[in-house]
Amino acid sequence: MSRYIFRRILQAFPLLFIISLMLFLLMINTGDPLATMGGRRVTRPADRERLSRQLGLDQPYYKQYLFWLIGNEWTQTDMDGDGTPETPGVRKGVLQGDFGTSLVTRGKPVIDIIMDRLPNTLLLMIPAEVIVIALSLAVGVYSALRQYSLIDHTITGLSFIGYSMPIFFVALTSMYIFGVNFKRWGLPYLPTVGMFDPKVGKTTTQVFLHMILPIFSMTVITAAGYSRFVRSQMLEVITEDYIRTARAKGLPNRMVIAGHALKNAALPLVTIIGLDIPLLLGGAVVTESIFAWPGMGRLFIDHLSRSDTPVVMGILIMISVAVILSQLITDIIYAWLDPRIRYH
Amino acid sequence: MEASILSDVVVQEEILTEALTPRQMMWMRFKRHKMAVLGLIVLFLLVLYSFGGAFIYPEAEANFTNTKLRLTSPSEDHPFGTDTVGRDIFKRTIYGGQISLLIGLSAVIVEVVVGVLIGAIAGYYGGWIDGLLMRFTEAMFNVPQLFLLLVMAKFFGGKIPTLHFLGREFSGSVIVIIVIIGITSWMYLARIVRANFMSLKEREFVLAAHTTGTSNASIIFQHILPNSIAPIVVSATLGVANAIISEAYISFLGLGVQPPTATWGNMLEGAYNYVESAPWLWIFPGSLIVLTVLSINFVGDGLRDALDPHAIVEAG
Repeated sequence: MSRYIFRRILQAFPLLFIISLMLFLLMINTGDPLATMGGRRVTRPADRERLSRQLGLDQPYYKQYLFWLIGNEWTQTDMDGDGTPETPGVRKGVLQGDFGTSLVTRGKPVIDIIMDRLPNTLLLMIPAEVIVIALSLAVGVYSALRQYSLIDHTITGLSFIGYSMPIFFVALTSMYIFGVNFKRWGLPYLPTVGMFDPKVGKTTTQVFLHMILPIFSMTVITAAGYSRFVRSQMLEVITEDYIRTARAKGLPNRMVIAGHALKNAALPLVTIIGLDIPLLLGGAVVTESIFAWPGMGRLFIDHLSRSDTPVVMGILIMISVAVILSQLITDIIYAWLDPRIRYH
Repeated sequence: MEASILSDVVVQEEILTEALTPRQMMWMRFKRHKMAVLGLIVLFLLVLYSFGGAFIYPEAEANFTNTKLRLTSPSEDHPFGTDTVGRDIFKRTIYGGQISLLIGLSAVIVEVVVGVLIGAIAGYYGGWIDGLLMRFTEAMFNVPQLFLLLVMAKFFGGKIPTLHFLGREFSGSVIVIIVIIGITSWMYLARIVRANFMSLKEREFVLAAHTTGTSNASIIFQHILPNSIAPIVVSATLGVANAIISEAYISFLGLGVQPPTATWGNMLEGAYNYVESAPWLWIFPGSLIVLTVLSINFVGDGLRDALDPHAIVEAG
């Protein structure tokens, strides 16, 4: 097992290298980060030349990538434009954990910018994921145990609709119902934008209230897909011999379901969750944009639109690492839960 | 005794008369899936709506801005209301539907071509080619599709000029969106095709083709590919729904198809600022997207059952 983990980690490096090279080449050509630096005025040609020299944007692509990857401490750059490189570089490079500094918010380290926002995104994602798992297990099992009943048909139908819904539609509809119309009808309504009401301040209650609608939107869509999956797994499992054995030896139904069937039906869900993390992160971009939630997704959009390569690359690399890690952890958990599985 | 023989004959005759071609059997299985049939009908109506509507209203009307009529609520003149610059939303949903459906279909064509090629080559040749292609697939898989789409949309944004096609103007961004959705969504299909090819290439008919000196390309495309068409069709159908949603996501975030060309997705751009004051901005295009995606998913579900004889029909 440890050899398997070791090999997977080794394999991750070339993978990340390909990803980063691909994304870097795309990013560096997305636009002109200098265009908006002069504020409202058009950046003057002299300023432009000086800025691109100082930020290293005048270097050939391979050098820019190299500096991003391994830093430029080992070389000297020409800062004053006289043609002779004199200033030693200060960047350490991604391999040493230095993601560089943002081009837009000048000089602020990328890692600080991301770390400002990451907790906000996790604040949405983790509760959403917990609710999704609990809800889909409950609904899926319930539905499977009453196969072809009216309630099962209703649940299957609803989950199919939920699964086909684009997240923005759920988000906008829930905003419209719980935010706008509840207010109109004089019912207690939920806040729709931001993380807290600036008039009240960032209190726990405020943040909690603002979390409800984004989490609701993310949950509806994901839980719909998962509960379909749990249902079909459960239907498969309850026809197995060991379930009949458990029933035959007189085990109460509750224990058969919870102890024998559910355990085996829930197992493949681990894989699905692990594989779905990228999807969830993608959904976060849209959700955060709609609800004006100051998380990573919005950070990504904001900095992408201004061609801030270091920040965008930082976010993308962190996400890729998260995806690779979550897949590895999924494999490990799966092997741990199911002793029949052995990796070599 | 005689009666039972007779009834046997009758039963046999019944079986004989019921012998159906595979295509007919497929259609029968599909028909049993009521929601799939309904989905097909709704899709037909949606196509009729967006392509038939174009005969009644010219595109200029859909793109006509009237700043005096900004954000007016649905009325007799404008059944779906007007948007932030006073364009008629009803007419825009007609033309937007054309582009959204067009993007959905064309992006899937790109997806299928790339996915099938990579999957087929990896699965058929195996070895280092397989290793290389699968590493690449994995790398593409590791960045969430939406992030990749947004980076690419920004990368290609504004680099393609406006196109004139069939007497109409298309913003170059339509082509960009089609291509980038296609090249960021083929990975799943490639894996399915690869798995199929890996098992099929060991079969006798492939061996037979080899011994008669058939070329590799011919084996791939004429012998193995037709045998793995079912999963490709199903996944392509569902891919259309995904492509329409992807277009809506990027356009929604402002990096998709640029106005004045309407799509259901870019009609939603910025609509969240008007959730309270002008809900018709997003309700109509949004519902059309949901309806389309739902119908396509039902059809895909039906096709999966229809194309796979082993699947138990479980019509919803």
